[in-house]
Amino acid sequence: MAESLVSAEHLSKRFGDLLAVDDVDFQVRRGEVFGFLGPNGAGKSSTMRMIGAVSPISSGSLTVLGMDPAVDGARIRSRLGVVPQDNNLDEELTVYENLLIYGRYFGLPKKVINERIDELLHFAQLDERRKSKVEPLSGGMKRRLTIARGLINTPEMMILDEPTTGLDPQARHLLWDRLYRLKQEGVTLIITTHYMDEAEQLCDRLVIMDKGKIVAEGSPRALIEQHSTREVLELRFPVGTQEQHAAELEGMASRTEILPDRVLLYTDDADRTSEEVHGRGIAPESTVSRRATLEDVFLHLTGRTLVD
Amino acid sequence: MALAFPARVVEANARVYRRTFRGSVVSTFLNPVLFLLAMGVGLGKLVDAGTGDSTLALPYLTFLAPGLLAATAMTTAAGDSSFPVMAGIKWRKTYEAVLATPLGVGDIIGGHLGWIAIRLTFVTLVYSGVMIAFGATSIGEGLISVPPAVLTGMAFAGMVTAYTATIKDEQWLANLFRFGITPLFLFSGTFFPITQLPGWLQPVAYATPLWHGVSLCRGLALHIGYTLSPWISVGYLAALMVLGYTLSRRQFTKRLVK
Repeated sequence: MAESLVSAEHLSKRFGDLLAVDDVDFQVRRGEVFGFLGPNGAGKSSTMRMIGAVSPISSGSLTVLGMDPAVDGARIRSRLGVVPQDNNLDEELTVYENLLIYGRYFGLPKKVINERIDELLHFAQLDERRKSKVEPLSGGMKRRLTIARGLINTPEMMILDEPTTGLDPQARHLLWDRLYRLKQEGVTLIITTHYMDEAEQLCDRLVIMDKGKIVAEGSPRALIEQHSTREVLELRFPVGTQEQHAAELEGMASRTEILPDRVLLYTDDADRTSEEVHGRGIAPESTVSRRATLEDVFLHLTGRTLVD
Repeated sequence: MALAFPARVVEANARVYRRTFRGSVVSTFLNPVLFLLAMGVGLGKLVDAGTGDSTLALPYLTFLAPGLLAATAMTTAAGDSSFPVMAGIKWRKTYEAVLATPLGVGDIIGGHLGWIAIRLTFVTLVYSGVMIAFGATSIGEGLISVPPAVLTGMAFAGMVTAYTATIKDEQWLANLFRFGITPLFLFSGTFFPITQLPGWLQPVAYATPLWHGVSLCRGLALHIGYTLSPWISVGYLAALMVLGYTLSRRQFTKRLVK
């Protein structure tokens, strides 16, 4: 098994009365993409900040790159790349200058930074924007610049907090491609996201957090196998009659979930279940059979209640 | 060669300044000219003509210039320690980006204050150049009042930085200038000796840091003697500077290292 770059045991973070992270254990191994999934307020960002050696832990133990963040914070940070939720770029400065001053914060010589900037601008597809000010750039460009900035010190491990939130599909796919390349170059990535497709695309392993606790852990595939059936049959009935129809569907699936507009049947063969449903003379307005996704697991584990 | 940690922040500030200095050029070069023209030359003519029982034994322009130098250092420092700090903490969160590097809170504040010291030296030198050009003081008198003006500015820089790091709502920045900086500018002996104030207000004026700055600049430039030992003023301003740094560090830590 590859060496652990991050190792947390009974890790907690407390803000006054609020227990943001509640006794979690996890390991991040070298070279993998590790994800933190969870609704807003689940404790993902607090965990990321502790790993990034900017937020002191409240209790438990945490080792990052073999060091204790409380003792060797500066040394840990010198080997990490961080992409925060907000881009926090210097908007008055140019793309080039943003990368330059960030490299200087790490104490790198100007010559080294300049070579690195050429590579990074190419990597982030910002070559043409080298001399542009940051302020007028598009959301996707700013995001790529923030990622490029996080790579200026050639980090062994990169921490990305919601890397694609707010981007359009084109920009997201471009970012995924870039992140995948980083992984191929051997950079360990830790990401938080609430996009399930993103987690399925990128993560080798992930944990699902809810109310400060880790509620599930594993590869996307393993989590689906463990917490869901292979497939899902979605039946749509006229509004207000879902409950009544659900009674007729009793025993046809390993789990039935009633939503305001649909009934979900968790089954291993959705097409066959669909035939059975119609065979019993039940006629939904529409049916959809599909494979189970991480989103089904996520909603099952963290609930459908809206978190604001 | 790798620079010391706070020096890296000074360098970054200088780069940002290179992009944004146009806005401050007017205030740096034009404001002293405008103030000395309007107040020193214009109003000064009336004062010197003795429209009342004048208490000044020297031309008003000469009286005013060193005081205005100290007051300019104060407003420059307050400006640079308020809005940019709010941007770093809240608006743009650039301090968060710095804290993700090996640098820490002490480096950010050290670099920020170091950069302001450089800015203040430059601004007050330009100002004393204008003073000398107006014939308000001699070259020597103009230059010797630069260090106490920088010290005055630094006392404010630390305190205003700590204040900005404490407030959550930007409304309180406007209030700082409305109820803090502007009254100090007007009533700390810059434009008239504070013996002109009502008796009960005079102790308040003596307690303000700007009065001590004005007193030092004026005393050094004009050799007119001090109301209070200059070393008390130096000590007072230096103590405020240290206090400002300490409080800033505490507030930054509270705010950014959660």
